[in-house]
Amino acid sequence: MQRLLQLPANAVSMVKTAQGQEEARSPVLTPDNGQPAWYNAVPPEESRHIRPGGEQEEPGSSEDAQMQPLRHDDLKEMLDSNKDSLKLEAMKRIVAMIARGKNASDLFPAVVKNVACKNIEVSPPRPSRYRDISQTDPNQLIRASALRVLSSIRVTIIVPIMMLAIKEAASDMSPYVRKTAAHAIPKLYSLDPDQKDQLIEVIEKLLADKTTLVAGSVVMAFEEVCPERIDLIHKNYRKLCNLLIDVEEWGQVVIINMLTRYARTQFLNPNANESLLEEGGEKTFYGSDEEEGKEDKVEAAALVVKRKPYVMDPDHRLLLRNTKPLLQSRNAAVVMAVAQLYFHLAPKAEVGVIAKALVRLMRSHSEVQYVVLQNVATMTIKRRGMFEPYLKSFYIRSTDPTQIKVLKLEVLTNLANETNISTILREFQTYIKSMDKDFVAATIQAIGRCATNIGEVRDTCLNGLVQLLSNRDELVVAESVVVIKKLLQMQPEKHSDIIKHMAKLTDNIQVPMARASILWLIGEYCEHVPKIAPDVLRKMAKSFTNEEDIVKLQILNLAAKLYLTNSKQTKLLTQYVLNLAKYDQNYDIRDRARFIRQLIVPTDKSGALSKYAKKLFLALKPAPVLESPFKDRDHFQLGSLSHLLNAKAGGYQELPDWPESAPDPSVRNVEVPEWTKCSSREKRKEKKVEKPFYSDSEGESGPTESADSDSDTGSGSGSGSDSGSEDSGSESGSEESEGESDSEKDEKDKRKMKKWRIYVSFCVALLLKCSFPSPQAASPTCGPLKTYELLHRITGEGLAVTYCFSRRPFTGDPHMVSVQIQFTNNTEVEARSLRVLEPKLQSGMRIAEFPEIDVLPPGEISTVVMGIDFCDSTQAANFQLCTHTKKFFVTIQPPVGELMMPIFMTENEFKKEQGQLMGMNEITEKLTLGEGCRGDHVIIQRVISTANLSRVPCGSAMECRFAGKTVTSGSLVLVTVVTKEERAAQVTVNCEKMLIGTMLVKDILQALSQ
Amino acid sequence: MIHSLFLVNSSGDIFLEKHWKSVVSRSVCDYFFEAQERASEPENVPPVIPTPHHYLISVLRHRIYFVAVIQSEVPPLFVIEFLHRVVDTFQDYFGVCTEAAIKDNVVVVYELLEEMLDNGFPLATESNILKELIKPPTILRTVVNTITGSTNVGEQLPTGQLSVVPWRRTGVKYTNNEAYFDVVEEIDAIIDKSGSTITAEIQGVIDACVKLSGMPDLTLSFMNPRLLDDVSFHPCVRFKRWEAERILSFIPPDGNFRLLSYHVSSQNLVAIPVYVKHNITFREGSSQGRFELTLGPKQTMGKAVESVLVSSQLPRGVLNVNLNPSQGTYTFDPVTKLLSWDVGKINPQKLPSLKGSMSLQAGASKPDENPTINIQFKIQQMAISGLKVNRLDMYGEKYKPFKGIKYMTKAGKFQVRT
Repeated sequence: MQRLLQLPANAVSMVKTAQGQEEARSPVLTPDNGQPAWYNAVPPEESRHIRPGGEQEEPGSSEDAQMQPLRHDDLKEMLDSNKDSLKLEAMKRIVAMIARGKNASDLFPAVVKNVACKNIEVSPPRPSRYRDISQTDPNQLIRASALRVLSSIRVTIIVPIMMLAIKEAASDMSPYVRKTAAHAIPKLYSLDPDQKDQLIEVIEKLLADKTTLVAGSVVMAFEEVCPERIDLIHKNYRKLCNLLIDVEEWGQVVIINMLTRYARTQFLNPNANESLLEEGGEKTFYGSDEEEGKEDKVEAAALVVKRKPYVMDPDHRLLLRNTKPLLQSRNAAVVMAVAQLYFHLAPKAEVGVIAKALVRLMRSHSEVQYVVLQNVATMTIKRRGMFEPYLKSFYIRSTDPTQIKVLKLEVLTNLANETNISTILREFQTYIKSMDKDFVAATIQAIGRCATNIGEVRDTCLNGLVQLLSNRDELVVAESVVVIKKLLQMQPEKHSDIIKHMAKLTDNIQVPMARASILWLIGEYCEHVPKIAPDVLRKMAKSFTNEEDIVKLQILNLAAKLYLTNSKQTKLLTQYVLNLAKYDQNYDIRDRARFIRQLIVPTDKSGALSKYAKKLFLALKPAPVLESPFKDRDHFQLGSLSHLLNAKAGGYQELPDWPESAPDPSVRNVEVPEWTKCSSREKRKEKKVEKPFYSDSEGESGPTESADSDSDTGSGSGSGSDSGSEDSGSESGSEESEGESDSEKDEKDKRKMKKWRIYVSFCVALLLKCSFPSPQAASPTCGPLKTYELLHRITGEGLAVTYCFSRRPFTGDPHMVSVQIQFTNNTEVEARSLRVLEPKLQSGMRIAEFPEIDVLPPGEISTVVMGIDFCDSTQAANFQLCTHTKKFFVTIQPPVGELMMPIFMTENEFKKEQGQLMGMNEITEKLTLGEGCRGDHVIIQRVISTANLSRVPCGSAMECRFAGKTVTSGSLVLVTVVTKEERAAQVTVNCEKMLIGTMLVKDILQALSQ
Repeated sequence: MIHSLFLVNSSGDIFLEKHWKSVVSRSVCDYFFEAQERASEPENVPPVIPTPHHYLISVLRHRIYFVAVIQSEVPPLFVIEFLHRVVDTFQDYFGVCTEAAIKDNVVVVYELLEEMLDNGFPLATESNILKELIKPPTILRTVVNTITGSTNVGEQLPTGQLSVVPWRRTGVKYTNNEAYFDVVEEIDAIIDKSGSTITAEIQGVIDACVKLSGMPDLTLSFMNPRLLDDVSFHPCVRFKRWEAERILSFIPPDGNFRLLSYHVSSQNLVAIPVYVKHNITFREGSSQGRFELTLGPKQTMGKAVESVLVSSQLPRGVLNVNLNPSQGTYTFDPVTKLLSWDVGKINPQKLPSLKGSMSLQAGASKPDENPTINIQFKIQQMAISGLKVNRLDMYGEKYKPFKGIKYMTKAGKFQVRT
């Protein structure tokens, strides 16, 4: 604490130095707009100034670790102090702690208490309070912030409040508040998926919104909540297309991706005819060659029927036209989104426009390059022509990271054709000399693929690869061998010299894959090298035991094949190898040996199969097809995570196939075709505030504008922005004029105050969200409490008394349960001196009476709190309730769940404690969950409303754990709810007090099976 | 969308974490560390890593990995672009984006992250809006905050979010109204062994620093707009106007921003401003290699080539070098085998050269590969493509601003193969 108090003094001396500097600078400029030169010079200075303070503030993580408990106390003390500056300091440190991933949960109460600090006119973070603000505050920004905070509190109990607030906000005057409402929708949805239907209604309403501010956010909500409800889009489709260019960039990405899916369900494939031509074209061509006449006619007729003249739906065209300018966006994600839209939706002839933009993205950060190249690789397989003019942009630099190099290589390989192959191969030759060996290996593979795809260069490639066999790097040689093997398989008879050359390599090359490849080649083509093959087998037999498994398998293969073709020379060798293999450690090899022996060595028992052994082993094998790993990846929507991983990611929406016939296009008609008016002049004048910025300027982008735009400020873009400058954000102007008409100072104070509110809300939201895994436990339960009747209106002769268990710790005595009692005077006269009299209690039980209520006027309500120590039993507390005239005998009987209070525990602690409460102390019951009891949050809510427990954070979705302790004796109460398939579940309670355990299980069972 | 963010420094410590939805245990980063171990170089860590329950998308900037955790399908570029925007914002706020700067300003960092993402979806990423909400730390403010206990949270409301021009602060006032535009072009080229150009492209940007009061509406026109083949704009530029007239018309953001980036079509011949003569040889059987390098200017239109820096990754077999530069200094790192030569300015009368010998590992065979040479340089007052700004006009405000335009040409990825 002392250290902290010194801070200001220290700071004063800092002010002096800092001020000196401040004066030395140009007095004209405001601090944050200093000249670049000044900026460059200052940071070291600045950090020097800050660090002395900074070190005191944050004594590093090492010290932090040892001082943790003490520090928490320190912080608590700071939070409890009277000075706002200290409180704020403490808050800052808590943020720093959270940022480092420290658990700050025990500071929660202190922080919450602070939210009520008098500086800010906000009471504790009662969600309803935020709801009030979000509905009533005159300033739209405050309303929005309140909603944001409210929706960030992840407590299931406030779901109804949140729902109400969202609904209200969705019809707010201000588009910004509506935007915030759209943002809140996914939050509420993740909190309680049961609200889906109601939320869809809100989404539907917001989708109809005509402002750009809302569009992106609501489509995002749509994608998260109900992406399958494509019907909601119909009416808004044209509007979204028209607004698109003015939506903020992140919203653009979401909208474009959604519209791609939409278009795939609503429009016809623009390339359907072309693909028909491609496939069918050849057929008709050949067909007409052979038999002219009727066949031809029929086919032509069929084609005509199929080839109904394709006319693009104007809405389809609208989408393509309105997204095209976005290829110029500075945001790579937007460019990629448009590119995939064109790839999936545009007629073949138009797709080309995206190539340029994608090539431009390759200048960006390497991560962007990586993703773009992956997509380009997929595109180049389908539409090679598009990228051909940009071939050189994919040339590889030695400074590229390996993963980028490999992808570029992939693209180059896909782009290779007869005309450019020589350039590409020359380029590949330089790559082979690279120092990056992984990259060289990939290049060799690429050469192999070029050679298989383009017949003309096969021999050139093969020769080049053979030269690589004398490379000094073993990896290069090995890779070449593997590729050569594949190439040779295509035409082995021509290349026996290469096979011979490779046979020699077995002496030197050690890479197993390469050795195996060579052996396979020799075995397969042993007839081409009849002299060398047996010798290779001899050498291999010698080294058999030291070889890798794949090599051993190929030795066996070689032996078998030689035995079949040249048994005279190799019979003994084969026997030897088979014998070695028989005792190999690897069972695959032992199996193979047994199999081969049965098959090739004729014995009496050997069946019909051995006759065919030669056919089996020396069958003609089809040459392997070297394919791009990116082939067929385009069934995933390009640009998506699933495409990148080539696996379906969670939440991925399939890109639907084009429909056979187009659905009714009239569904997109809007009664009042608002969108057509959108760019018309009159409309713009009416609603200039909500006017999209771009369309605005589009209206007057005539060549005259530059000349007279000075005088033109009255309308169009100039005016829109002018009004924006005068008063924050145009829209607010009309609406908040009352607020701004106040005197200036007042206004300032108010603003400051409001800013404060937002800031504190921010802190609270942050804390709720980040550091406390179980806010619903740590915070006092906010939801509706169960109320019990103590005295009925009639028996009480007009005095009605109810009570509930407030679940707050009783202030006077920690061993007491606090009971909130509410008196309502329904009579015509005052009730006086309400008090407790003559409690009749079981032994050990105690009561802390509430302070006497002097007067309760007619019609009034009064609430008091009393504490009762129930001694951890559910026995009733009997006492008399007196007024100045009457006495009533009353009884308070606690449900077992109220006899405990929540404690915070980690999962590990929980398990440890649970381990100590086994056997007699454990009670387990099975149950079937009730109809409405689906999902974690419902279970949690029900258990917590049944018993005053806190949730224990837990990694598994199938389990919920809760912890608490009994109020009087402090015995642990641990509850575990495990859910299984088909609504089956199991409740386990571990508690020292068996009676409490049994009763609790019963209560929870009942709550869950409702 | 984005669930959490972890910041990992070069030694593999997580020094900051931020969660937007629920808390994701930092153990999820173990998958990232695994991938990091597998990658030989820091930049070879795959940007997208799938794990059983999450996907990790990371970017590497300033030797800090920004690892975002996501749970379901989202366009990877969306996340990557956002992370880069975060880094840009940090740089904008703190001058540098280092671990120390982030740790010193952890509260501001948290405030920024909280405003930039709402429930994992980007909310306010425009620097002008953010600066209205959260003031960047300066000395004065830090001191004042320490005394008064106030925060960097701005006292104004984030009105920018409501505006039709969200990128511009309202109520901007300057006594000196000035607008500076820097036209910076970078040449990307690959030159082959014989000195002929394999590929060369020009990428340019126009960076602006605009300090104008009120709501100025600017138009910028070029002498030769046809040069620009492919352009991307700051959102403030009116696209239709560009399409129709090839004029940039915009209401500028306040302060520094990138107005335009462009690509000069590769059909145009690119002038290569420097040439390199090199002779790097290794002889079989000898443990010595020769190294000779001479640089010279070419097609520079009389402008000086400055800040020339040559670097080359020599083959692994090279133990050390013994070179003699005619100007500047050179360094050779025997561990990474990186040779770099800080040349400075090229004097056309006396061409800079670097000559000498390389010692190779005795007995080892000669390296197969020849090193590539990377060159960096700057040429002031010239845009190599020949792009020229014609006029800059301002409408909508009465005062006369000061206007300045600067041209510069730099080497981008400029490589010479040997």
